Amino acid sequence: MDRKKLRQFLEEKARVLRWDIIKMTGEAGSGHPGGSLSAADIVAVLYFYHMRHRPDNPKWPDRDRFVLSKGHACPVLYAALAECGYFPREILWTLRKFNSILQGHPDMRKVPGVEISSGSLGLGLAAANGMALAGKMDGKDYRVYVMIGDGESQEGVVWEASMFAAHYKLDNLVAILDNNGLQIDGPVSQVMEIQPVVDKWRAFGWRVLEIDGHEVLDIADTLVEADKTRGQPTMIVAHTIKGKGVSFMENVVDFHGKAPTKEQMEEALKELSKQGPGAS
Amino acid sequence: MEKKATRQAYGEALLELGERYPNVVVLDADLAKSTTSIKFAKAFPERFVECGVAEQSMMGTAAGLATAGKICYTGSFAIFATQRALEMVRNVIAYSNLNVKFCPTHAGITVGADGSSHQTVEDIALMRAIPNMRVVVPADYFEAKAAIKAVAEIEGPVFIRLGRLPVPLIFDEHYEFKLGRAVKLKEGKDVTIFAIGLMVGESLEAATTLAEEGIETEVIDVSTLKPLDTEVILGSAAKTHAVVTAEEHSIIGGLGSAIAECLSENLPTPMRRVGIKDRFGLSGAPEELLKHYGLTSEDIVREAKDLLQRD
Ligand SMILES: Cc1ncc(C[n+]2csc(CCOP(=O)(O)OP(=O)(O)O)c2C)c(N)n1
Repeated sequence: MDRKKLRQFLEEKARVLRWDIIKMTGEAGSGHPGGSLSAADIVAVLYFYHMRHRPDNPKWPDRDRFVLSKGHACPVLYAALAECGYFPREILWTLRKFNSILQGHPDMRKVPGVEISSGSLGLGLAAANGMALAGKMDGKDYRVYVMIGDGESQEGVVWEASMFAAHYKLDNLVAILDNNGLQIDGPVSQVMEIQPVVDKWRAFGWRVLEIDGHEVLDIADTLVEADKTRGQPTMIVAHTIKGKGVSFMENVVDFHGKAPTKEQMEEALKELSKQGPGAS
Repeated sequence: MEKKATRQAYGEALLELGERYPNVVVLDADLAKSTTSIKFAKAFPERFVECGVAEQSMMGTAAGLATAGKICYTGSFAIFATQRALEMVRNVIAYSNLNVKFCPTHAGITVGADGSSHQTVEDIALMRAIPNMRVVVPADYFEAKAAIKAVAEIEGPVFIRLGRLPVPLIFDEHYEFKLGRAVKLKEGKDVTIFAIGLMVGESLEAATTLAEEGIETEVIDVSTLKPLDTEVILGSAAKTHAVVTAEEHSIIGGLGSAIAECLSENLPTPMRRVGIKDRFGLSGAPEELLKHYGLTSEDIVREAKDLLQRD
């Protein structure tokens, strides 16, 4: 695929995810749209281009793994899994409802394609370490990708796990920081500063790459580059915008854990549809 | 019946505490809006400590502040306060009897749609098992507010369990909370229901239903699980000889266990435990979940009748 086409393809997939995120949380009446939207382009590139996986065989032992450590952003993961065919798309509209497989936070026992249950922040990187370590033990060449939130990085266990990954030279592991600058109580810089985050991860023994987390080709190229790392894990610091793609949600703290109202949902879906094909 | 969430009491009680005690310090872990401690943060910014998403660090910091004479109130969701930070609470705070109050919100399963990762079925069990820890589970907004204020005068760690779901008001603003005192809400002679939290309201409803069938039910808001009011508990059991416990928590380690421990050693009494049967939570509307886990007044009625062998 030439680069222009690839870009169009991935942007279209990201729009599908955004559209579904809005519709899912709008229908549910609760959930976390902001941090789902900021991650949409990265998740689209991983699932529709970069990762080796088989939706018809979710437990295929050689599959690449994606761990959503910031589990509250599961609408973006569920949307990607549905679009890949892990489960029928209609199920998306049961998000957070009684008896749905789509729990408020990801549940690996319920959803095909979810690699580990999450929702309690900070634990994903350690779990991803375990998956990467198992790959090394078993001589497998699968790769492990894990997405962490910037607010989430305030949890101490993130840094314990960071040290571990470097110590065990987990070069089959790539972490992606969704550096959207906001958490619940306000901007990360005001709640509890985590910068300079690039220096921190480097000091912990990681190779660190930086990208615009909304430029799909930049994301795709950087993931390829990360896979070339030898002898250490790679952190991709992705600069993103919380609420990206829906103008009235962008950089608005309150849309962290607040679903759009029905009217806001219609408005957002209309806006997304205007951005190009894919969303409907 | 008017309803209000017990978490609402937290921010409001903190405001009053802030006025009264210059050494009250409030800490939160990126959930100040949800726990309602934001009210204190706005009124007393110099005594509010935002810790970020770092519950362990928050508990350690509270311990240090307490050594310097501060009365610390810590907020988060019950799951993260009692479990992510459990070992800090146990080793750094409770072991040394430091003056830190834990008033986490969003306890139980009635958090609803967030699902299992954000629900607690075992927090009371964990807190009860820690020496020095006092454990309070308020039945309504007024009891919560009174308890949060009262424990400022009690040296050492206290856990007060708060919820997100609006629940019926049982008391009023004149209610006086006393640590270690169970409150008899209704007299009866056939069966006693010991309840905590939102199950107190359900128990009162159950008592009304049972009365229609001629069963006179005593309802006791146990309120403080530790130290337990053994006098009131044994007194009521001696009268009714039939006990039902009701809690929005696992039947392992919570109220049901506490009452069973007390009765089995002093006055073995036939009993039934209404609570979560050793299971994790689930996403859903709070009312759906209460029904699913068997935590409604009907469940209490059924257990009481079963116990009395009536149907
Ligand atoms: C251990 C733990 N503490 C607290 C929470 C509540 N919580 C959910 S999301 C969140 C903020 C996360 O911020 P960030 O990682 O920046 O997420 P994003 O902005 O990418 O959505 C908090 C505190 C949690 N889920 N887990």
